[in-house]
Amino acid sequence: MSVLVIAEHDNAELKPATLAAVTAATAMGGDVDVLVVGSGCAAVGAAAANVAGVAKVLVADAPEYAYMLAEPVADLVVPLARNYAAVMAVANTVGKNFMPRVAALLDVSQISEISEIVGPDTFIRPIYAGNAMATVQSSDAIKVITIRPTGFEKAAAEGGSASVENLPAAGDPGLSSFVGEELSKSERPELTAAKIIISGGRGMQSGENFPIIEAVADQLGAAVGASRAAVDAGFVPNDYQVGQTGKVVAPELYIAVGISGAIQHLAGMKDSKVIVAINKDEEAPIFQVADYGLVADLFKAVPELEEELKKLPPA
Amino acid sequence: MKVLVAVKRVVDYNVKIRVKADQTGVDLSNVKMSMNPFDEIAVEEALRMKEAGTAEEIIAVSIGVQQCQETIRTALAMGADRGILVKTDDALEPLHVAKIMKAVVDEEQPGLVILGKQAIDDDCNQTGQMLAALLGWPQGTFASKIEFSDGKANVTREVDGGLQTLTLNLPMIVTTDLRLNEPRYASLPNIMKAKKKPIDEKTPEDLGIDTAPRLTTLKVAEPPKREAGVIVEDVADLVNKLRNEAGVI
Repeated sequence: MSVLVIAEHDNAELKPATLAAVTAATAMGGDVDVLVVGSGCAAVGAAAANVAGVAKVLVADAPEYAYMLAEPVADLVVPLARNYAAVMAVANTVGKNFMPRVAALLDVSQISEISEIVGPDTFIRPIYAGNAMATVQSSDAIKVITIRPTGFEKAAAEGGSASVENLPAAGDPGLSSFVGEELSKSERPELTAAKIIISGGRGMQSGENFPIIEAVADQLGAAVGASRAAVDAGFVPNDYQVGQTGKVVAPELYIAVGISGAIQHLAGMKDSKVIVAINKDEEAPIFQVADYGLVADLFKAVPELEEELKKLPPA
Repeated sequence: MKVLVAVKRVVDYNVKIRVKADQTGVDLSNVKMSMNPFDEIAVEEALRMKEAGTAEEIIAVSIGVQQCQETIRTALAMGADRGILVKTDDALEPLHVAKIMKAVVDEEQPGLVILGKQAIDDDCNQTGQMLAALLGWPQGTFASKIEFSDGKANVTREVDGGLQTLTLNLPMIVTTDLRLNEPRYASLPNIMKAKKKPIDEKTPEDLGIDTAPRLTTLKVAEPPKREAGVIVEDVADLVNKLRNEAGVI
């Protein structure tokens, strides 16, 4: 019994969420192999081979895999999956896109966004936006699983010495093609990888006020996020959104600024290690989950926070 | 072009759900049920295609208990032309739903099927992708924009780093994200008119689909509760506690 983990990467670097998937796969028992699907992705294959606990790395490097479109990737993964007890990917927008396609072609019920492994066929996953946790047992011969990386420790990126095997491409079914992308450019860390996140909500009143949050983020080396209310109001782009329908994050420190704490938002951040809430409404539900609450006008408190951080000696 | 829209009956998004004391599931008795919000966006998108002359007929499909008819009526009141209810009291998994949808697609031959990207009850985010796989069609998931040209479609998708645009062959599957559109409310005259629109009823057996479960839910529990913390005096106190007590900065 072995598990195939499909790597998350950008053709240049292996993303840390893959390390969480390796830990999850190890918990299933048996060998862990990693599949790198991409274009010009040899460096990713080499990085995956260094991950502790990985037995074998498979690399499928072809132009049709450059953007990991669901149709060609599923055609590649399906025949490989038949050699494994389980196939696992990170539940990001790439994994969520191609994995159910793989599951259906294998005639398997996928288990989405698991946060814990109970046994080789039993998993815990959030339902109703994290307001309930379901323990589900699968009777399918091959388990097709996506994982919430925040639920698992990251495997060590170094210390492994897996063999690397190149796979022939499975061809492009010609159903879809990439046209273009508009990616948010930022010098700050990505939300799902950041150790510290500072997010703004409706209380920010306007996108023009976000620089006060960004100034604090830059003091802390933090990523900047937002609530759905702030995104819907057009303050910031939608990829800033933390919540049930946005990104699920679990940083060391999460600072919620002007966020009331709707269930939708809490579902995306309540697993953070330390939560700070800054809100002028002391009745705001965010204070019920916050470790440290500051009842204050954010337009006064946030610039003050930036000043205090500037004064802080290095840790 | 004929457009099929899948609509699911779920616990209304405003309801704070309760886990049953015996941990067998979520208490659904006397709880307000509504159309899955992402499916409302799917219906709205189909209506806009009809208004733009791209779509000719819109068929709303729901799969589940008899009351799913109400969800179909909601879609008809918004402006869909007719409905199909595939009736079953069994708990279905997305794989079963995709298989039933495929059978309906085989009968109706639409050029496009629009589904919500996920249902807000089980949060699976699978059905559209599975239906695309079973049909051998391309999939435009998490769509925030759809444009047709030269017998193909350009679908803009919400991805982790921003937006991605793909060209997909038709027929295709689209799953909706929040920012695709803002669904309309049904007007009273349209709610009255919807009562006369036809809803065809079938069963999974009629369509030859086996709905034997693959997954067993062993337990449904409350998530671990977070203890509320302390209210700090001021910013200096906050920074001090984050540095010296929590050790996170």
